[in-house]
Formats: sequence, C-alpha cells, structure tokens
Amino acid sequence: MSALLSLRGVQTHIGRYHILHGVEFEVAEGGLTMLLGRNGAGKTTTLRTIMGMWRAAAGEIRFDGRDITHMATPDIARLGIAYVPESMAIFADLTVQENLVLAARSGPPDQKRLDWIFARFEALKRFWTLPAGLLSGGQKQMLAVARAIIEPRRLLLIDEPTKGLAPAIIANMIDAFRELKDGESTLLVVEQNFAFARQLGDTVAVMDDGRVAHQGSMAAFAADARLQQHLLGLGMDAHQ
Amino acid sequence: MKRDWLPLLLIPALMIGALPLIGSPASWVTLTVAGLAMGLMIFIMASGLTLTFGLMDVLNFGHGAFIAVGAFVAASVMLALTPWMTADSIWLNLAAVGPAVLAAMVVSGVLGLGFERIIVRPVYGQHLKQILVTTGGLIVAEQLLKVIWGPDQITLSRPTGLRGAFLFGDVAIEKYRVLAVVVGLVVFAALALTLNRTRLGLLIRAGVENGEMVEALGYRIRRLFVGVFVVGSALAGLGGAMWGLYQETVTAAIGAQVAVLVFIVIIIGGLGSVGGCFVGALLVGLTANYIGFLAPKVALGSNILLMAMVLLWRPQGLYPVAKR
Repeated sequence: MSALLSLRGVQTHIGRYHILHGVEFEVAEGGLTMLLGRNGAGKTTTLRTIMGMWRAAAGEIRFDGRDITHMATPDIARLGIAYVPESMAIFADLTVQENLVLAARSGPPDQKRLDWIFARFEALKRFWTLPAGLLSGGQKQMLAVARAIIEPRRLLLIDEPTKGLAPAIIANMIDAFRELKDGESTLLVVEQNFAFARQLGDTVAVMDDGRVAHQGSMAAFAADARLQQHLLGLGMDAHQ
Repeated sequence: MKRDWLPLLLIPALMIGALPLIGSPASWVTLTVAGLAMGLMIFIMASGLTLTFGLMDVLNFGHGAFIAVGAFVAASVMLALTPWMTADSIWLNLAAVGPAVLAAMVVSGVLGLGFERIIVRPVYGQHLKQILVTTGGLIVAEQLLKVIWGPDQITLSRPTGLRGAFLFGDVAIEKYRVLAVVVGLVVFAALALTLNRTRLGLLIRAGVENGEMVEALGYRIRRLFVGVFVVGSALAGLGGAMWGLYQETVTAAIGAQVAVLVFIVIIIGGLGSVGGCFVGALLVGLTANYIGFLAPKVALGSNILLMAMVLLWRPQGLYPVAKR
C-alpha cells in the first residue's frame, strides 16, 4: 500500500520547549495506524502539527503527495483531513444537531450517514436538540468522533477516542472505525487503551521522547513483549 | 434548550424596585423609557465589540473611534440636508436621517476594515500590545477628527418630526427615545436571528467558543473575524450617529466617553455574549437614569458600582461564554 501521509524529520517547538525532534513515519492508505507512546512522548503534538495547529519548525509533512507543512489549518482540513482532539473540543453552547450541521461542510448532513452514526452512538439521537455542554463525558466523546465522520474524509486523526467511554460504547466505536477503514477512510489513532489498539491497528508507530522509535505491523508488535516493555514501559497485556 | 433566565429577570426587578423610590408613576415611565433608549443605543455600539473579543480574543480599545466617526459623518450629512431636517414633513426628516445614518455606517465599516488590517492584525494574540496600539489608534483618530471637522463641537438639532414628546396624561415620552428603542430592538432581533438561525451565526457562535476547532473543521475564522469586525464597526457608527442626535452635540471626545459605557456593558454581559451585552446595556441605561434622578451626585459612579455588583455575583459576567 502507498503512503497517504508521511512525516520526514518533523521538528516542533511549543514556546521555548522543543517537543518533536525529527518525527518520521508513514500512514498507509486504507489502513489504521496506531500512534502509541508514553505520556509526554509527543503523540498529541504530532497530530496537532499535521493539522497545522502547531507549526513545524523543520521537516516535511506530505498528504497524498502534496506538501502540507506550511498550509493553514482550514486548508489542511479541506483536503479531507478530520481531527478529533483529546479535549474533544465540542461546542458546548451549540446543540448536538448544530455541532454536526457545522461539521458537515458541504451542506446539510446526509440522512443515511446520520442513521449510520445514530446506530453506533444512540445517545446523539436521543439528545439531538440538547446543548452539547450538557452531555456526559462519554457522550461528548461520541459527538467529537461523529463530527469527524459526519461526511466522508480521507484521513481521520483521532486522539484517544476511548477515553471515558463505557465498554459497550467502545465496542461500537471499534465497529465504526473498522467499517471506516474498510471503506472510505484512513485512520491515524493515538490510543492508551492497548486492547483497543491491538484489535484495530494494522500498523503501529511508537513514539519516545519526540521521535518515532519503532514502526511496523501491529501483529508483530503485539507479539513482541520485550519491545513493548522497552518502548512503553509495560507489556500490552498489562494495559487491558 | 436550557435557558438561564436569572440575569434577564434583573431588568424587570430593577424597574419594579425603582418605582417606589421614584414615587411618581409619570416620572418613572419617562425615566424607564429614557433608560431603555440609552441602553439600546449602547447595545448597538457594544454588540460588535463583544463578538470581536469572543472570536479572536482581541481587546479593541479603539472601538470609540468608530462611534465618533459615525457621529461626525452623520452630523455632516444632516447639516448638509438642513432644509429637510427642519421641514414639517416627517418623511423629509427621515429622508435626511436615513442617508446620514447609512453614510455613518458605511464610513465606520470601511474604517473598521482598515483598522483591522493595519492596527489589529499585527498584534493578534498579544493583549498588552492590543491595548496599547488600539488606544493609540483611538487617539490618532480623535486628532484626525479635529483636523477634518475642526476643534469645536458641532451642534446638531433633531429633525422637526423627532422633537418633542408623546403625551399620555401626565406621562411624557420623548419621540426620539421611542425611535432609539425601536432601532435598538430591530438590531437586537437581526443579530439574534443571524446568530441562532443561520449557518453564519452558527459559525460565529462556535468560533467564539473555540476558534481553533472551527478552523480544524475547515472554516477560515480570520475571514469571519474581519466580517464581524466590519459589521461591529458599522454598528458602532450607527450608534454614534444616534448618540450624537440624542445629545444634540458632537465632539471628538464622544467616542472615548461612550466607550467607557460600552466596555462596562460588555464586561457585565460576559465577553463574547450578545445576549449578555443586551441585558447589560439595558441595566446600565436604566441604572444611569434612575440614579441620575434619585441621587445625581452618585450618578457618575453608578455604572461602575453596577459592574462591581454583577461581577461579585457572576465573575465572568451575566452570560459567560463557554471557552475551550
């Protein structure tokens, strides 16, 4: 498979802190790449740098063969990249409906697509006209993911989608992501829930101290307890 | 939708509370209408400022310049159309006031566009520099007004049809104040409809909460901000024109004077909230008129006192905007 997204030597500073020290990895088209690493390894900064929310001081980010390193965030989004931040960043004063209407950039949300989302995240249908700020943490997470997938996007960047979710909802999210990657989208997901990561990931990139320390297939990584111990501090089995 | 009615109830509470203190119902009605008119004029001037702050965290201390320019431009047009202003026909009067107000809005809007480009844009995200440079912009604008229109104040008479008062028994309600109330309510309704019923309004509301996420959805928030800045400046021009007619004099300092009230209103309302700005403006207008009647010596400080009381109750203002 060819790379839809590639990062070469990406360096990012936040204020006077040097966070990314030459990040390099590729995301294959049509698959799901898990971005793993300890807290503070630079995973969220990497996603934000791809989106242009932090500027890369050096290096190159290419999406579908095009250099997007210096593009503005809205232009990057318009290429077909959706982002779900760790903070969820839902619009609390807007209703669930308004959040999704806004995310559907090309017009009113498609009903078939909405029904598909409602089947997985039923709460969104139930609280359709409620201000999103009144949703529970897990429901906000559902809304944040729904906002990213309300229209087909080529690449989804998702930061810790299972945080705060009940196991039943995580199962629905696994189904949704699986259908998305088998269909129209490529996914790059930051995750701390390794059971989730192992079930869904085709490939894995593991970050350590602002660099990608390992990239390969998820199956091989999941089978290599020593490598997990070395890169993550604990084996995947300890993170169920 | 969950609505927070408490701040809204402050308005009738203030009105009812003032009635026994004032005593005479006729005086109370006159003062109440005067307060609402004043409040709505301030709302017109303040609404754009609260949105620009909410959208881009921009503290524009130069907002008073648009108010002053609006007042001067409208005054010039009305003075040029003096025969229509003094005619007995209300239609001729309005034919003079209409273009004057329109010219005020257009000139203030265009000035706003230039102000945003030249003065505000280089200092995005830097609050201290914003305060310094926009205050500097206000001072320069005030001096330029003196260069163009001269240092003396301009006396401006209201058109014949808007002088005097409607009399209902003992109650006298100035005609001009009724017009100010109507225009203020129309502006509020237009803003409320735009913000709540259109996609553009949705974008503005979302942008006020979390501009970065709106950009991540593929919308260019800077363009939105420029648009809101220009509309806000034009509304300041409209408010300035109305304030000039209300005071019947226009001076270069008009902007800086009213800007103090405008800032009090947007702080009371909650920075970024148009609904809060509306409630805050009415509270400020009513308080100023009631206190001015009851205890003229403390009238000057009454709005500061009101702001302090509101902030003790709700430190983020009456309707705080949920920020990321």
